[in-house]
Amino acid sequence: MLTIKNLHAGVEDKKILKGINLQVNAGEVHAIMGPNGSGKSSLASVLAGRETYEVTEGEVTLDEKELLEMSPEDRAREGLFLAFQYPVEIPGVSNINFLKTALNEIRAYKGLPPLDAKSFLALTKEKQKLVEFDAKFTNRSLNEGFSGGEKKRNEIFQLAMLEPKLAILDETDSGLDIDALRIVSHGVNKLRSNKNAFIIITHYQRLLEYIVPDFVHVLYDGKIVKSGTKELALELEEKGYDWLKEEAQLQEQV
Amino acid sequence: MATQVAIPLYDQLSKDFHQRAAVPENEDDTLHNWRQNAFEKFRQQGFPSIRQEDWKYTNLVPYLKEDLQTEPLAYDYNEISPEQASQFHLNKLDANILVLVNGKLNTSLSSFHGDADVSVQSINSAASHQHYRPYLGKEIDLKQDTLAALNSALFSDGLFIEVRGNAVVEKPLHVINLYTSAGNIFLQPRNLIVAHKSCAVSIIETSANISNGSIVWVNSVTEVYAEENAQVNHYVLQSGLTNTRQVNHTEVTQKTRSLYNNYTVTLPDADLVRNNLNINLVESGTETHLYGLYLAAEQQLVDNHTTVDHRKPNCFSNELYKGVLTGNAKAVFNGKIFVHQEAQKTNAFQQNNNLLLSDRAVIDSKPQLEIFADDVKCSHGSTAGQFNEEALFYLRSRGIGESSARSLMVSAFAFDVINKIKIGALRSHIEKLISHNLSKWYASK
Repeated sequence: MLTIKNLHAGVEDKKILKGINLQVNAGEVHAIMGPNGSGKSSLASVLAGRETYEVTEGEVTLDEKELLEMSPEDRAREGLFLAFQYPVEIPGVSNINFLKTALNEIRAYKGLPPLDAKSFLALTKEKQKLVEFDAKFTNRSLNEGFSGGEKKRNEIFQLAMLEPKLAILDETDSGLDIDALRIVSHGVNKLRSNKNAFIIITHYQRLLEYIVPDFVHVLYDGKIVKSGTKELALELEEKGYDWLKEEAQLQEQV
Repeated sequence: MATQVAIPLYDQLSKDFHQRAAVPENEDDTLHNWRQNAFEKFRQQGFPSIRQEDWKYTNLVPYLKEDLQTEPLAYDYNEISPEQASQFHLNKLDANILVLVNGKLNTSLSSFHGDADVSVQSINSAASHQHYRPYLGKEIDLKQDTLAALNSALFSDGLFIEVRGNAVVEKPLHVINLYTSAGNIFLQPRNLIVAHKSCAVSIIETSANISNGSIVWVNSVTEVYAEENAQVNHYVLQSGLTNTRQVNHTEVTQKTRSLYNNYTVTLPDADLVRNNLNINLVESGTETHLYGLYLAAEQQLVDNHTTVDHRKPNCFSNELYKGVLTGNAKAVFNGKIFVHQEAQKTNAFQQNNNLLLSDRAVIDSKPQLEIFADDVKCSHGSTAGQFNEEALFYLRSRGIGESSARSLMVSAFAFDVINKIKIGALRSHIEKLISHNLSKWYASK
């Protein structure tokens, strides 16, 4: 589904991603872990099309389509979704109006007619229930005055509504208490299917106890230095990242 | 003064005044003398110049270059048919409609001619009315406002609306100002609105310039009196004014426990809009809300000058003005709040926020508080900013196209002003006009 080949990117003169290779297939959940500053969130930003990043080398395809050539909105319309680490508050834009606009623009892109009010409402209700998102939030301004946990749950609610092919969760677990973590993970697990895929960016193994990944990758200094299965996450939890850093440096010297 | 020489209109207006003075029509001596005095004030000072503090950011000279016909001269305009006028009715708005053509009440195009609660007449025929002279020009500082003085000296028509005491007027009054002329014209309408004790009324003003390319210059004065316990909602929608230059002076006087809400929405089109909104709180316990929204594009200039004069204790005033500017547009916001020594327990708040969508747009925002009482709560704030790029990216990352995302964000910015408009049909009309303008802005990119 997603193929990343030798991806290099940076901000201004600073190189951040230094040759990422990754293959994500439908039905898979990939976790990307790594120490602070290793480029995890940058990878998410580059995939979603944040304009502050400049791609200098490499290619990314989503179902055979060149992703890097597309505007952020077209990437979303093609089925990419980024759950933000810091969702933005936009006073004056109601959550529900925002979702309706997004959903209908995605539908228009696919040549589908806009959803009528009744079906939209039914869909909203269904998805709210699925991710245990309180109905009172849907009529409020987008993320305005939401707690950290409410914002993250709203991200998962949007994910449920827009039904992307590939969802990237950027540190969705940060700032969540254990109950919210359980609800968010539960929502994600219910959305998993053999047609979609997830990339989960996290610092901690904790989230991966709830959302069990098929693959775990360690990002260090802009490269994937180690890949494995869920056991790798446990190993990291136990040993930290230092042994990997040393390994990576050794490799460079060779 | 040097600036006066450059303005041909100045000589024309002097001629008009002398012509007019020779034929005083049905006006008595006191009125005649008042006009004489007003003209003298204008003659001494001339058109406002940028050397005056209140006109520092708005230079009228470039807007007064063309030859303009003044009112007493005969000018041509096409008759407006009822069908044409009805285009300017607002969809789904149940209102009593008054149509003014070039500032003159047109009874055949108006659906409302007064009832037991509201009386409506041309200000021309009001001279002998018992409530005319006691109110006319009572609070206007002719020395300070030379254009209001000019209007006072020369106005020939306008509306006189009286709302009877205790009347709760259900249907809003919708005043449609239509401007039409075959040549460039300088108009000076005068409106007087008296809301008597304990009445409640909503007035909506909309306008349109339907001339074919002629310049319409409007120097209008509207006086509103809210008597004890009266409630007045005053909506002013300035749109559809291509080739128009306007200076609107609104002088509001509030008596004890009265409520006055003003909503001024200025949308792109007019070359120049200068609104002078003065609120005089002459008795205690009043409440005032001033909401403003202005959108300007191209070379347009929108200037809002407001003054809230807290003269007596226990009055509350709140002001929120928001602006969105693109192209080479320029806006001015000047908000004065005076709190006199006697006006203890005053609550006065003011806020002006601006969104600049282009590098060339300019905002001059100037809050001005002068407080002479010691037991008051006052605050003011002013901001100018650009789009929040992170918010824009957030919307786009959900599949919302760039231009819709920008429109959504502008609407969101305007939301806390638009949301205050209580009349649903008017609110949705304004929302539609805003989104129409936004799609135009983004289409031209």
